[in-house]
Amino acid sequence: MTDANDTLLQVDGLCIGATVYPPDAKPHEIAIVDDVSFSLSTGRVLGLIGESGAGKSTIGLAALAYGRGGVRITGGSAVINGRDVLAIGRKDLRDVRGSDVCYVAQSAAAAFNPAHKLIDQVVEAALAKGDQSKASLHERAIELFRTLGLPEPDLIGNRYPHQVSGGQLQRIMTAMALCSKPDLIIFDEPTTALDVTTQIDVLAAIKHAIHETGVAAIYITHDLAVVAQVSDEIMVLRHGKTIEHGNTRQIIEQPADPYTRALVNVRTIDHPEAPADGEPLLAVSSVTASYAGSSEQVLRNVSVELRPGQTLAVVGESGSGKSTLARVITGLLQPSDGQIRFNNRLLPPALAGRTKNDLRELQMIHQMADVAMNPRHTVRTIVGRPLEFYFGLKGAAKKQRIAELLDEIELGPEFADRYPAELSGGQKQRVCIARALAAQPRLIICDEVTSALDPLIADGILKLLLELQRIEQVAFLFITHDLATVKAIADSIAVMYQGEVVRYGTKTQVLTPPYDDYTDLLLASVPRMEIGWLDKAIAGRRMGSAGN
Amino acid sequence: MPYLLILVAQRLALGALLLLAVSALIFIGTEILPGDVAQSILGQSATPEALANLRRDLGLEDPPHKRYFSWLWGLLHGDLGTALTNGVDIASSISKRLYNTMFLASVAAVIAVPLALLLGMIAVRFRNRWPDKLISGTTLGFISLPEFFIGYLLIYFVAVKLGWFPSVATVYDSMNFSERLAAVALPAATLTLVVLAHMMRMTRAAILNVMQSAYIETAELKGLSSFKVIFRHAFPNAIAPIINVVMLNLAYLVVGVVVVEVIFVFPGMGQYLVDHVAKRDVPVVQACGLIFAGFYIVLNMLADIIAIISNPRLRHPK
Repeated sequence: MTDANDTLLQVDGLCIGATVYPPDAKPHEIAIVDDVSFSLSTGRVLGLIGESGAGKSTIGLAALAYGRGGVRITGGSAVINGRDVLAIGRKDLRDVRGSDVCYVAQSAAAAFNPAHKLIDQVVEAALAKGDQSKASLHERAIELFRTLGLPEPDLIGNRYPHQVSGGQLQRIMTAMALCSKPDLIIFDEPTTALDVTTQIDVLAAIKHAIHETGVAAIYITHDLAVVAQVSDEIMVLRHGKTIEHGNTRQIIEQPADPYTRALVNVRTIDHPEAPADGEPLLAVSSVTASYAGSSEQVLRNVSVELRPGQTLAVVGESGSGKSTLARVITGLLQPSDGQIRFNNRLLPPALAGRTKNDLRELQMIHQMADVAMNPRHTVRTIVGRPLEFYFGLKGAAKKQRIAELLDEIELGPEFADRYPAELSGGQKQRVCIARALAAQPRLIICDEVTSALDPLIADGILKLLLELQRIEQVAFLFITHDLATVKAIADSIAVMYQGEVVRYGTKTQVLTPPYDDYTDLLLASVPRMEIGWLDKAIAGRRMGSAGN
Repeated sequence: MPYLLILVAQRLALGALLLLAVSALIFIGTEILPGDVAQSILGQSATPEALANLRRDLGLEDPPHKRYFSWLWGLLHGDLGTALTNGVDIASSISKRLYNTMFLASVAAVIAVPLALLLGMIAVRFRNRWPDKLISGTTLGFISLPEFFIGYLLIYFVAVKLGWFPSVATVYDSMNFSERLAAVALPAATLTLVVLAHMMRMTRAAILNVMQSAYIETAELKGLSSFKVIFRHAFPNAIAPIINVVMLNLAYLVVGVVVVEVIFVFPGMGQYLVDHVAKRDVPVVQACGLIFAGFYIVLNMLADIIAIISNPRLRHPK
C-alpha cells in the first residue's frame, strides 16, 4: 500500500502498560496496548477507532512518547522521520513535540490555558523553536484561522479562551497544531464534546485544513461515521489489540471481523411508535422559566404531553433548555408561568409542595452515573434506599426485591455487594436505572443517559429501557442531543431550539419532510456511515450553523 | 472593565468599613483593660486628690462615647493624640519608628517573596525528588525553630564568628541607604527564614494542584521545557491562593516582629508598642493597634484585588 520511502511514522510492537491498584488485591501491571504495529505515509490520515479503554488515545500519545497518568510505554518502537521517539532522551523529545508531531485534545475548553491570549498559545510551540519571528508566526496563525473558517481571523487571536465558543476553540486548537508545520497531527476525539451541528462545521474545517497543508494525521474517535469522513485508512482496536486494519472503504463496506461488523451495524433497534391517544400522564402547558438573578428566559411557552407507558424524546443542543425542562418537571426550578399536570391533577410547582407519592412516581436518571451515586455505598445500599424510603421494606423482603431488580437490569444478585468503582460505565448506568425502578415510578426522566457511553454499550442500555417499559408500563421523558437514539426509542418527539419547542408530534410526523429549517439542519448534521457524506451534507445545507 | 472597577471599589469600601469597626473594637478593648494610667503615672505617691486632678487633666472623666468620637475625629485629621506618660505627640514619635519597621519589613519581603516563589517552583519541578525534599525539609526546619533561636544563631555565626554584619541593628537618621541595609541585614535574614516556609509550601501546593489540568498536558506536548511549563502555564493560574498567603506573611513582617526587634535592639514599632502597653499609655496602644490593623486590612484587601485581577474571566468579560 505504501512505499517505504515516504513512510513518516512506523510503529512496531508497541506495548503500553499501567499499574492498577484494585481495592481488594495487590497492585499489579496490566497491558493497555498489546503489540500494536502500523505505518503511516506522508500526508495520509489514519483513523483509530474503538470503545473507551481500547487504548486508542494511549497509542496516539505514544507517538509523542507521552504517557498520561501512570501509563508507561513498555516496549516497541515508534520511528518518526528516522528517529525512534521512544528511545530518545528528554531534550531530543522536546524537539519532536510541538514541531514534528502536534496534538489536538478532546476538550479544547480545558486544553487552552485560561490565563493567556489565544494567539500567544497558538504560536508558542513554533516560537520556542526559535527560528521564526513572532510577527511572521502571528501572520501564519491568522492565515490558519482563515483556512479554518473562524470569524474575524485577524482579531480572534486576541481573545482569551473563555471568550470564544467550544467549536471555535476546537478549530483554534487545530490551528495551534498546524502552526509549527508538523509532519503529523494527533487528533484525539476533536469533535466528541461538540453539538452535532457544530461538529459538522469543525469536521469540515479540519478536513479542509488537512487537505490544504498536506499534513499526516492520526484521527482518534469512537464514532465510525465520523472517522469515515476524514481518514484514508482505519484501524479498529479492542482491549489494546488491533482487530482490523484496512482502507476506509473496505472497513465500512466489507468489515471482516465480527466486532467491526457490530460497530458498523450499531443502532439496530426498531421501535414502532405507539398511537398517541388516551389521557396524557404528563401535560406540560405553556411553561416559561428563567434562572434566579437572570431575566433571560431559558424556557419559553413550552407545551408537551406524554402518555402512560410511552416515550417522549426531547431533542436539542446544549443551551436549548431541554435539561431545564427536566428541572421544572421535577420541581427543582419553579416556572414563572404555565402549569404541569401529572396523573390528571395539577402538580405543585415547588419541590417542597409535593407529596412523597408525587416524588415516588416521578424518578430521574442522570447523564453521569459516576457522580449520581455515592462512591462509598454498595449497590445494595444504593438500590435499597428507595425501597426503604417509599415502601418501608426491610430485611429479607428488601433483599429479595433488590435481587429482583438486579435481575431486571441483567446484572444479577452477585453485584449487590460491589461499590460503584468496581463497575464499568454501562453497569453503573444500569444500577441507576434499577434505583429509579425501585420506586415503581410512572414516569422516569432520562437526561442524556447514554451520552457518556460507547455506542455498543449505549445500544444495550436502550434495549434494556425499552424492555423495562414493556414490562413495567413506565413512561420515559428522554432528553438527548442524539437523533439516532431518538429514532431508536421515541413514540413522540419535541425538538427544542433556544428555549422553545420548534417541532412537536409523533415520531413519524416529526421525522417526515417538509422540515422546518432547524430540524433540517439537525437531521442533516448527524454523521452517516457512508463515505463522502460530509461533503454532500455541507453542500446541501439550508441554514447556517446554529451556534458554534 | 467596569465590572472589575465595581469589584475593586466594593473591596475598598468594605476595607474602610472594617477599619472603622476595628477602631471601635480597639477603643472598647483598651477601655475595659484593668488598671489606670493616672495610678501608674503617680505610682506609690498617689493621693486621691492628685489622682482626680490628673484624670481631669488627661480628659479621662468624659463619658467613653464622647472620648471615642473626639479620638476618631482626631484620627481623621491625622492627629493620633499625645502620649499620656510623657506628653509627646504620638504621630511624630511613631513616624520614625514606623519608617524603620517598614524598612526592615520591605527588605525582608523583597528577599523572601521571590525566593519563596522560586523555591516553590523548583520543588514542583523536582517534585518528590531530592531537591523538593531538601527545600521542604529546610524551610520546615526554620519555621519550627523559634525566631529568637534563629536570631541568636545568626548573631553567633554571622556577626560574632564571621564578623560580616553587626549584631545590633541600630539605625540613625544620618545613615545612608547601604549603611542601613547592612544594619538590618541580620534581622531581615531572620524574618526571611521565618516566613519562607509558609509561602513556599503554598506556592508548591497551589501549582501542583494546577499541574493536573489539561492545559498543562497541552504545554508539555508543545515541547516546552519543564520550568517554562511551570512558570508560564501553571503559575499564572495559581496566583490567587498564593497571593493570600504572601499578604498574610507581609502583614506578619510588619506587626509580628517584636521578638526580632528586641533581639537586635532595633528601634521599630513593636518595641514601642510593648513599652507603652507596660506603662498603660492607652492613646499610644490605640494608635499602634489601629496602624497594625490598617496594615492587615490593606494587605488582605490587596490580596483580594490581585486575586480578582489575576482571573482573566473577570479582567476580560465576554
